[in-house]
Formats: sequence, C-alpha cells, structure tokens
Amino acid sequence: MKRPRIKWHIVVFLAPAVLVYTAIMIFPLFNTLRLALYTEVDQVRHFVGLENFRTLFGNPHWSGQFWNALGNNMWFFFIHMIVQNPIGIALAAILSHPRLRFAALYRTAIFVPTILSFVIVGFAWKLILSPIWGITPDMLKAVGLHWLFAPYLGKEEYALTTLSLISVWQFVGIPMMLIYAALLAIPEEVLEAGEVDGITGFSAFWKIKLPLILPSIGIISILTFVANFNAFDLIYTTQGALAGPAFSTDILGTFMYRTFFGFQLQLGDPHMGSAIASGMFGIILIGVCIYLFGIQTRLRRYQF
Amino acid sequence: MSKARANPFSSIAVHVALLTYTLIALFPVFVILINSFKTRKAIFRDPLALPDADTFTLIGYQTVMKQGDFFQYFQNSMIVTVATLFFVLLFGAMAAFALAEYRFKGNMIMGLYLALGIMIPIRIGTVAILEMMVSSGLVNTLWALILVYTAQGLPLAVFILSEFMRQVSDDLKNAGRIDGLSEYTIFFRLVLPLVRPAMATVAVFNMIPIWNDLWFPLILAPAEETKTLTLGSQVFIGQFVTDWNAVLSALSMAILPVMILYVIFSRQLIRGITSGAVK
Repeated sequence: MKRPRIKWHIVVFLAPAVLVYTAIMIFPLFNTLRLALYTEVDQVRHFVGLENFRTLFGNPHWSGQFWNALGNNMWFFFIHMIVQNPIGIALAAILSHPRLRFAALYRTAIFVPTILSFVIVGFAWKLILSPIWGITPDMLKAVGLHWLFAPYLGKEEYALTTLSLISVWQFVGIPMMLIYAALLAIPEEVLEAGEVDGITGFSAFWKIKLPLILPSIGIISILTFVANFNAFDLIYTTQGALAGPAFSTDILGTFMYRTFFGFQLQLGDPHMGSAIASGMFGIILIGVCIYLFGIQTRLRRYQF
Repeated sequence: MSKARANPFSSIAVHVALLTYTLIALFPVFVILINSFKTRKAIFRDPLALPDADTFTLIGYQTVMKQGDFFQYFQNSMIVTVATLFFVLLFGAMAAFALAEYRFKGNMIMGLYLALGIMIPIRIGTVAILEMMVSSGLVNTLWALILVYTAQGLPLAVFILSEFMRQVSDDLKNAGRIDGLSEYTIFFRLVLPLVRPAMATVAVFNMIPIWNDLWFPLILAPAEETKTLTLGSQVFIGQFVTDWNAVLSALSMAILPVMILYVIFSRQLIRGITSGAVK
C-alpha cells in the first residue's frame, strides 16, 4: 500500500470548522461589501458602483444621520475609555491586594452585571431612572442632591451619556478581570525589589505595576473599541430603533438596523444597509490596524 | 512586608470601596427582584422596601405565565445554546488539533484565516446572512441561529484550543501511533480528554453572549415559535410597558436562568479569564 498524497485526516479535521466559518461568516461579510455596490429598482438588482456611498456621504439627509451616528458612537467609546477602564483598573488593583479577605466574593458580585443581557440591563435602568417610579429622585433627595435629578434618558443632552454609563456599569467586570490577571502575574520579587528602594503603596502602583500592565490595557481598549462600534442592543432596548430623543442616542448599529430592516413607515433598504455596514467594517478595520501596528508593537512586554 | 500593605486603616478603606462598588453592581438586580413580588401600590409607595405579608403578590408572574410563552422561549434559548456549544467545541477542537498537530502547507495561513474572526464582528455581514437564510428557507428556524453562533464562536475556540493542544505531550500521541491507533482515535480518545479544562473555558465564554444576544434572534428568528428568552422578554416587556408587575416579573424570570448558570460556572469563567486564555 502506498500512502495517499493527501493526508485525508487533516482535511477531515479542518473541513467542518472551515466550511461553517467560511460560509456563514467570511462569505456574507464580503457579500455585504458587494451588496453595497448594488441597488434595487422594481425588484431587480442593478449594479450602481459607488452610488450608495455617494448618497450616504453626499445626500444631506443620509450624511447628517451618518455623521450623527458616528459622532455619538465616538462619544460612547470615549465615555467607556475614561470611565470603564480607570474604574476597572482601580478595582483590580484593590482586589489584587495580598491577603485581602472576601476577594473572591467581591469579584463574583462585581462581575454579575456583565453576565446579564442588554434587555435586562436596559429595562432595569430605564425603570430605576424613570421619573414615574420615584427611586432615583428619592435617593438623590436622601443625600440632598434632589436638584440633580432629571429624566436622564428623555433629555437629548443627557441620554447618550447616561446610556454610555449604563453600559460601563455593565461591562466594568471585563477590564477588572483582565487587569486583575495581569497584576497577579507580576512576580513578587519585582515588587520586593521596589520596596527595598522605598517604592511602596501608590507609587509602587504608578511606577512598577502600571507600566507592566500596559499591554493588557491595550487589549482592553481594542476589545472595547470593537464592541462599542457594533453595539446595538442596549440602545434598541431602551430607546427603540429610532434611538430617541431626536436621534440623540443613534449609533452606527441602530442606524444600520433602521436602514436595512426598516421601521414604521420607512421600508428597509438592504443595499444602503450594506453601505453602512461597509462603513462600520472600515472603521473597525482601521481601529484594529492602529492597535496592531501602531500601539501593540510599541508597548514593551516584559518576560519574567 | 511593608507597612503600607498591612495598614488596618487602608484595609478598612479597601473594604468600604469594594462594598460600595458591589452595592452599585447589585442594586438594580435587587430592586427588580424585590419589587416583582410586590403589589402595584407598594411598588410605587416604597420601592426599596422588601415585600411583606400585606404587599406580597404573584400577580405579575401570573400575567407573565398567561400572556407570554416563557417556557417555549426558555426551551428555544436552551436548544440554541447547547447545540451551538456542541458544534463550536467539536468543530473547533478538530480544527485546533489539525493546526496544532500536523505540519502541512498553509498551516500558518489557515490559522490566521480562522483568527480573523476574533476581531471582526459577524454582525457586519448581517444583510447577506439574512439574504442567505431567506433563500435557504432557514429564516425563522433555530438552525439559523445555531449556524450563525457556531461561525461566530469558532475563531476564538480554535485559537484557545490550539494553544492548549500544543502542550499535549508528543510522546503520548506517538505511543498511540505505535500501537496502531488511527489519527481519529488519537484525537478523540487521547487528546480530547486532556484538554477538557480548555473546552470548559471555551464553552463558558461562548455561552453567555449567545444566551444574551438580541440582534440575531430579532433579525433571523423573530417568529413566536422561535423566539429566544432574550427576544421574548424584550417583546413582552415592550407590550406590557404600563403593567409594572408584569414587567418586573418578566425581568426577574429572564435574570433567573443566567444567574443559575453563573452560580454554577462562575469559578470556571473567572479562572478562564484570569488564566490568560483570552490573551
């Protein structure tokens, strides 16, 4: 018997994963990019080149919505970066304190919001912040801050920031866990060497630990970026497909959903939807490339 | 040990800080749960009070049971999640084994190709996915969701599992080969049992996002018989906005299964994250 040239077992091992992944993920991804170049007239599909993108960026009705969604998405991401990551790092730094009692209990409890669905989180906060149900005004009154209360989700100027903070509340567990793991990986000798030189407490954190966990902070940032730029569920649950009030909470995910699936009186347009999806793909790709080539390669990694 | 690390005052401050944040994290869940057992009047009069003999009621749960088919939704979510995990683990482990074990032309490229999907969200391709599901007749079936989630879960599964499979000793596999075992037997009988902890990590990572997803059920399977628990509660709450008892009860019922899963798997999940499996 001669061994066959093709090792069939390798093919058999690889085939199911590669087929499913190619057919359901990669092929539709490129097909979506392709559909962005078509339009439909009288139920017949026509190739129109970059016409859809010209509409998206040139027609004031479309471009206004697109830039609004992109700007809101940037703000959404910005709030995550300046609130979620510092809180996550602070919690991880506290939790990694040696000989801290109940550390596992705190960790488990603080991670609870992360496992809940956007539907639960969205509605729960909507109820709690609701002016009809007096929880928030009553609690603010109890600490003498009653004047701070406003219908946060109903006002154009607060709604997006409020939703960003709700999302931060939900996902703070992820940076906390990843940073916690990175902090535990720092060998005791390094910290002891610092102590010998008189670096303890806060300065040990700033001067020794923080530089060592920078790669993890980089990973968290890119994960947050990708998650934020295809977010949809939280806004849809709390504000609906119209991302009210007055589109002030519209982000790329809701904009794409509305466009391709339609809502109320507007018919869905899969081709314009594809054009928006292509835009999102481009933005995510740019972000990932900036991270891979601009940030990750510059961060120094330490091997212990 | 330095003084700073053993200072009792700082240790009190640490516990105060952690307790404060724990309260912030759990408060909304707590408020929803206690109020779901209270009468409408009590919900508004004193939202933070626990239900007592006067204010206790199950009316919200009765409405939910009567109006929404929550057992059906739960069953759908369960089928989708379990079937997806099965396929992700089986196909993912097989591909990971091929990549980790054999040297062949294109191994590197295949690995990179499969890793692409870790960073690119599958949602970008939704328009074409929907079109494909409509033309293949899979729309409004659970299979549509299972296929999409399997494709979405595979990249990370292959990545994590192949890291672990590289650590399985070559001697063991070669001993199996000398004994005349086929490559399939080596994979299923020798390697798979050894990477079980990594499989559990992959399963836990995949489970929660699948269970909680709203986007694909909304687009691919919005029919009443295929609604998942997440979509089902979203629609139900949307219809019953003004019935606070029903809304709070529906939320509590949606929280319950995830909490049970979390209590069972939290150690696995936290160990998975902290062991650096996602780096």
